[in-house]
Amino acid sequence: MRVPVSWLTDHVDGGLPADPEDVGEAFVRVGLEIEEIHRAEEIPGPLVVGRVLEITELTEFKKPIRYCRVDVGPAENEATENEAGGSRGIVCGARNFAVGDLVVVALPGTVLPGGFAIAARTTYGHVSDGMISSAAELGIGADHSGILVLPEGTAEPGDDARPVLGLDDPVIELNVTPDRGYCFSVRGLSRELAASLERDFTDPAARVAVPEQQESSWPVRLDDAEGCPRFVARRVTGVDPNAPSPWWMRRRLLAAGMRPISLTVDVTNYVMIELGQPLHAYDATKLQGDIVVRRARAGEKLRTLDDALRVLDPDDLLITDDSGPIGLAGVMGGASTEIPAEHAEGATIDVLIEAAHFDPATIARGARRHKLPSEASRRFERAVDAQLPPVAAERAAQLLVEHGGGRIVEGRTDVGAAPAPVPVRMPLDLPDRTAGVAYPRGATVQQLTRIGASVELETGDDGKGVVVATPPSWRPDITMPADLVEEVLRLEGLDMIPSVLPAAPAGRGLTAGQRRRRAVSRAMAEAGYVEVLPFPFVGDAVWDAFGLAADDVRRRTVTVVNPLDAERNTLSTTLLPGLLDALVRNRSRGLEDVALFHLGQVVLPHAQPVVMPEPAVRARPSANEYKQIDAALPAQPMHVAAVLAGEREPRGWWGGGRDAGWADAVEAARLVGRVAGVELRVTKGELAPFHPGRTAVLRVGDFPAGHAGELHPKVVEALGLPPRTCAMELDLDLIPLADLRPVPRVSPYPAVAVDVALVTGDDVPVAEVADALEEGGGELLEEVRLFDVYSGAQVGEGRRSLAFSMRFRADDRTLTSEEANAARDAAVALAGRRVGAELRA
Amino acid sequence: MSDSTQETVPAGGPLDAATLDAAADAAVKAFADAADLAELAAVRPAHLGDRAPLLLARRELGSLPGKDRADAGKRVNAARVRVQDAFDARREVLVAERDEKVLVEESVDVTLPWDRAPRGARHPITQIAEQIADVFVAMGWEVAEGPEVEASWLNFDALNFGKDHPARTMQDTFYLRERKDSADTSAMVLRTHTSPVQIRALLERELPVYVVCPGRTFRTDELDATHTPVFHQVEGLAVDKGITMAHLKGTLDAFARAMFGAESRTRLRPSYFPFTEPSAEVDVWFPEKKGGAGWVEWGGCGMVNPNVLLSAGVDPQVYSGFAFGMGLERTLQFRNGLPDMRDMVEGDVRFSRAFGV
Repeated sequence: MRVPVSWLTDHVDGGLPADPEDVGEAFVRVGLEIEEIHRAEEIPGPLVVGRVLEITELTEFKKPIRYCRVDVGPAENEATENEAGGSRGIVCGARNFAVGDLVVVALPGTVLPGGFAIAARTTYGHVSDGMISSAAELGIGADHSGILVLPEGTAEPGDDARPVLGLDDPVIELNVTPDRGYCFSVRGLSRELAASLERDFTDPAARVAVPEQQESSWPVRLDDAEGCPRFVARRVTGVDPNAPSPWWMRRRLLAAGMRPISLTVDVTNYVMIELGQPLHAYDATKLQGDIVVRRARAGEKLRTLDDALRVLDPDDLLITDDSGPIGLAGVMGGASTEIPAEHAEGATIDVLIEAAHFDPATIARGARRHKLPSEASRRFERAVDAQLPPVAAERAAQLLVEHGGGRIVEGRTDVGAAPAPVPVRMPLDLPDRTAGVAYPRGATVQQLTRIGASVELETGDDGKGVVVATPPSWRPDITMPADLVEEVLRLEGLDMIPSVLPAAPAGRGLTAGQRRRRAVSRAMAEAGYVEVLPFPFVGDAVWDAFGLAADDVRRRTVTVVNPLDAERNTLSTTLLPGLLDALVRNRSRGLEDVALFHLGQVVLPHAQPVVMPEPAVRARPSANEYKQIDAALPAQPMHVAAVLAGEREPRGWWGGGRDAGWADAVEAARLVGRVAGVELRVTKGELAPFHPGRTAVLRVGDFPAGHAGELHPKVVEALGLPPRTCAMELDLDLIPLADLRPVPRVSPYPAVAVDVALVTGDDVPVAEVADALEEGGGELLEEVRLFDVYSGAQVGEGRRSLAFSMRFRADDRTLTSEEANAARDAAVALAGRRVGAELRA
Repeated sequence: MSDSTQETVPAGGPLDAATLDAAADAAVKAFADAADLAELAAVRPAHLGDRAPLLLARRELGSLPGKDRADAGKRVNAARVRVQDAFDARREVLVAERDEKVLVEESVDVTLPWDRAPRGARHPITQIAEQIADVFVAMGWEVAEGPEVEASWLNFDALNFGKDHPARTMQDTFYLRERKDSADTSAMVLRTHTSPVQIRALLERELPVYVVCPGRTFRTDELDATHTPVFHQVEGLAVDKGITMAHLKGTLDAFARAMFGAESRTRLRPSYFPFTEPSAEVDVWFPEKKGGAGWVEWGGCGMVNPNVLLSAGVDPQVYSGFAFGMGLERTLQFRNGLPDMRDMVEGDVRFSRAFGV
């Protein structure tokens, strides 16, 4: 909402602070956010009002050009070295003016906004001794379709144009919160300002004389009293459609960000901004029969003022006559009853002004459905003062007659009834108790009176004071005690509220899950991985690049209805796409060795969608309903994933580095498991997008919790990844939280270390050999570690030798080497039986 | 006595005092002349070895009569001790010299640049979220969480956003459907704020509730220097008997001091949110503000709307509460002077690395 300060001043007794910043501060104190305070750019130099005396059309150029003689007042008309005097000669390319028009002339020496310095110059064969300016050139509007023509009587030639243009009148742009629809008007804003400045307020609505009327001005029927509780109409005939709107009105509209168009349009807009009531002006000669307000019927269509033919929805609220729909109620009028833009000289028009009260939700839905947010719908959906319609209609009728002639037709239509405000009861001390402040006696009643409520005090059953406040008609947002509390607190000033730290009861600290996430994130970072936070949005293309089968469960995604990027319109079921994107970005920026990790939720929809319950509000949902809500949401487990490429260990003056490989990915996964409290078991697996021969499954017991390894070369190629890119992803939620881990018995007795070399087929996974040794070694075995792998002629084709070091120790005695050897033999024997391992000769 | 000595110890013989002195002098000189431990070892046998003069002299002792033997023995011993001491002293000096030389030889240029392990880092958003959680946990609060794909009922309805209230359009929402062909596009959303966790906390926990909820949130803003469609918030909620707006102010002030230093504090401006009434915007006094200390817009807050308490089954006649919320990206942006929001989402390792682990 934009409003010039001068418009607000009219209604605040004693005027406003001279500095617009102070006006802004006053707004902020009571809850209106200042977007910006616009000050017109200063225009130094002779900027004057001029009257066009003569126009010579110059036709010999590519475009039509005018050479004008302009009276710029006695002080500036003087003869110069170029000119005879009596007027100035100015060349002008615009054509929207005639002899006798008042215009704004920037004479040589003037500097227009943007540093545009005006000087006398010869152009199109004439000396142009200044410039006739447009609103845009003057910095007071966006309109540069033609030059600015001031209505007759606005000023005299030679007058300083600055005050006429309102360049000294700053414009305040405010952000109005959705609960304060009444602040979409000068009336509402000046009321707030007066309250903030503790000055008296003059209600512009109260200044409008609304005469009693018996007759109706047009027959109107409300078939949908819920959508349209009240409809007021007033009729004005004999209005001169060519009469210009007065300059002050146009100037204020310009300042408010609206384009002046014609008297009827300008008047309805002006009254809307002044009072807050949107109006619509019908060409009464085009109305056919009774006006009926009703919902749309299936298949009905309406051509709106923007010349769009709209198919209507049965929920749309319509203004109709015998011809059918003539307007989308509260959103936009129809083309068929529009007052035409062009009129013959001397013609008059017959105007029916509509001032109605509509249901906010109906208008909000309609405007959204047709994507037609208008000045009217913006106000109606935030609720308009239900008592305003007759006042606003009267004000508009009066302005039309005042500036366009004609007369107000006897009679006023006023059908339906405005909903009456409901009184709100509140304990007198509730504001004090809510704020934690002892307000001065009477503050509550005083502030509620100031917002326009009628306030009574009663004694409640408990003997304590009760405020009964009937909100004013423009405050339908006030429905409960908390709303009254807010009014008192904001008008008393939030800066009154002291700072008191509440004493929370003793807390339990972070949960085991929260501690674990922190530990995992730190461990990954300490291990050299950099955390990134990619977006969850992906498209199907990535699954194709991953080489996922058509029925792969990871293709089952939740869809974003309104994505920012149509190519990425689903929520990812894995963290890898985002990480790989980030990897590619880093590589494209010349960072070769990249190791990244991400800890975040993924979104896994159900195989069959579950219906989302919709509990009532203002009552606790049943335990079952709440359970159903969670059951209807997709599963969102916490994953941790990592990707890496380039060198895992940097090379340097100390020697060569080591390239990242599948084993690093497996190690990262095992690190996460270890930090999370579980020694993950590794088995061989196969899963896109991994290399089929280099994929590890990480298991909790037998249960798979994730994968690690090298990516498939085709995936690497399809995604433009560096060769041998590796990755891992684990579902952290699948790793059980082990709060109390078993305490090991730490034996102080000496250990016996024994090395064994076992020869197996080279397709036997090491993990299986190690598992067999571990099991066969029995209780005395403390640790098994693989320290060498050899394959070659000495062990034979298709076989390899695995060298393990085994450490044996007893809990209660010094182990003899015989005991250790016996245990080793048992371990080797089991490995022999299970995987055919033989002791290397 | 002296006569008999002169008789039994021949002058110039191995046990003669002068001879012993000469042998000892020669040994001391030889040791002193040894330039290093190797030379010292090389000359040692000649003076302290089995064939050394003093050792040979000692063998002669046996042939002397009792008293002479004792005298000669003392002389031989004194000479030997002298030689041994000289040897030991010289050895000590040479060992020290050698050790020092080894250390000198082994010295390196410690300024050789090295980055031998890859440098990991955690994202600053994670770090600030943890910092905030720690501040509140220290006050006895707990950390609550919720899902990112959220029921509209929890994101909006239960938070007093009317179905057609313009407030719903204040937050540009990503709407979701579980299948590409599902008709229902209103039941689930990507949560637009962390506030649904308020309802979850009230439904899941015993009163009183003091929770803080950091988390990822989503709005349909195009990515630019100051906006990102995926961002993070932290939400605070306290519901207890007798909670006042002064408690809200006290909590915010303590939070501000923890984040921005002892001089920091907050200021409230009246505003509107559907889930709080009264509502306010929070400005924070930021001593390190670019261009001088000043107020910075930080977040929103207010007293929990009684309708919200009702939707969570809490009796507003008995309990009251406050809530507040801030954007973590925004907090980081002004606290750390980050010029461009895009750096936080693009995943360039150089960005996160600047913030360490």
